[in-house]
Amino acid sequence: MSSLDVPLAEKAANPSAHRPTAARRSLSTRWISGLTLVSLLAVWWAVTAAEWIEPLFLPSPAAVLSKAWLLLTQGYMESTLWQHLGASLGRIGLALGAAIVSAIPIGIAIGNNRIARGILDPLIEFYRPIPPLAYLPLIVIWCGIGELSKVLLIYLAIFAPIAIATATGVRTVDPTKLRAAQSLGATRAQLIRHVILPSALPDILTGVRIGLGVGWSTLVAAELIAATSGLGFMVQSAAQFLVTDVVVLGILVIALIAFALEMSLRALQRKLVPWHGQSH
Amino acid sequence: MALLELERISAQYPGAAEPVLADISLSLGPQQLLVALGPSGSGKTSLLNLIAGFVAPSAGRITLDGKPVQGPGAERGVVFQDDALLPWQDVLSNVAFGLELAGVPRAQREQKAREMLALVDLAGFGSRRIWQLSGGQKQRVGLARALAADPRVLLMDEPFGALDAFTREQMQELLLQVWQRTAKPVFLITHDIEEAVFLATELVLLAPNPGQIVERLPLDFGQRYAAGESARAIKSDPRFIETREHVLARVFSQRSAATRQESA
Repeated sequence: MSSLDVPLAEKAANPSAHRPTAARRSLSTRWISGLTLVSLLAVWWAVTAAEWIEPLFLPSPAAVLSKAWLLLTQGYMESTLWQHLGASLGRIGLALGAAIVSAIPIGIAIGNNRIARGILDPLIEFYRPIPPLAYLPLIVIWCGIGELSKVLLIYLAIFAPIAIATATGVRTVDPTKLRAAQSLGATRAQLIRHVILPSALPDILTGVRIGLGVGWSTLVAAELIAATSGLGFMVQSAAQFLVTDVVVLGILVIALIAFALEMSLRALQRKLVPWHGQSH
Repeated sequence: MALLELERISAQYPGAAEPVLADISLSLGPQQLLVALGPSGSGKTSLLNLIAGFVAPSAGRITLDGKPVQGPGAERGVVFQDDALLPWQDVLSNVAFGLELAGVPRAQREQKAREMLALVDLAGFGSRRIWQLSGGQKQRVGLARALAADPRVLLMDEPFGALDAFTREQMQELLLQVWQRTAKPVFLITHDIEEAVFLATELVLLAPNPGQIVERLPLDFGQRYAAGESARAIKSDPRFIETREHVLARVFSQRSAATRQESA
């Protein structure tokens, strides 16, 4: 995944400068990345085709693919792959929505208001460094083993990065822009709506990106421990019966989803904050 | 009839022993272009921040049309040294921003913004993004934005300080044209002596430690330009050169006085 990150990041960093050389270089970097993936697949295929490794430890790509088809059509553990995927995405979507709705206003309050900062900053900084799985047992005791505890866990994991990034963005708003808006007659609410929020948007989106990454890993981990559906549950239960092809498939799907989330957020960032990184 | 009135203004930063400004009295009326000139540390920017309402004076009174100034407001438009435009809006929305804040309907505010862009020679630039503009163009958008809100006075904080020499001269001429057409009183601060002498109808010379007015000069070069004389002719006029040298001498005498000890 990280090998694929490089060319995209590079392309985003210099969209217009030195176009011919950048295009050629980014093309060749992509080539290298593509080649790496292809050779990895080839090695996987070769070692399984030559039967150097037992299928129990590493099933062949073809076996994983056919299992994928089986999972899509018939399912595993009473749910199809789509249903497991839907369960996981539903949880993270719900948690992300709740985190965005609550963390952005709270981040603005922390960045803007001394008292809000005094109250909320230590609370967030206290729980943020704790690995979510460490407080999952407590959440399970309080909220049971149902959907609520998983969504709550992911919500907490996503909330902190978004709130902290928002507060940082709010605190680093260019004071001249604030003064400019004030001298045009802006009220406090208008300052937040028209100057502070758009100024902080690049930071907020970075916070969402980080939060979503943390949230996704937390979700899968939480499903490994306590769930009856979802990608993490699928991998975990398959492992207990040594159904290695499902395990490999699950891991690949989890990686693909994380990659897709990251890429779509980057695209969103380019679309929503085109001024970010421009010298103005 | 004076519009903006400063009566015995002093200002002090919290915790500082010396005031930044001491006993400043000024008035800015219609048809006036008041320029405050001074070296850095003379409190020019503090003076502008006081008038704009960004900071409160520690003593004295600032009034606009008889009403005391309390905090920033749309009746005092400000043009900043670095443009302070909003990059998430295009040029037209930036110019219309003050009207948007005031709740003016879109069609009406965009109409007004287009007029203001035409006034600063940027007609047709409305849909450009801020980062696609040059430094001089940004300052013109900043000027148009301040004017679009139709302020009673225009405050300019070293508006051309970051521009190259060619652009600066163009901008000075543009400012004089705009000033004449809109008839807004302008308060401008600068550290550029030639700019100050060229633009001012009244030049106020500030000295540091603490910031105070050491000389007031009524001038007419800006009016002569507005009346149609060319900038080159004015700037090579012996009277212009003489005035510039006089101001220069005053600035330097202050500086040497300041190094010895207060005299002014």
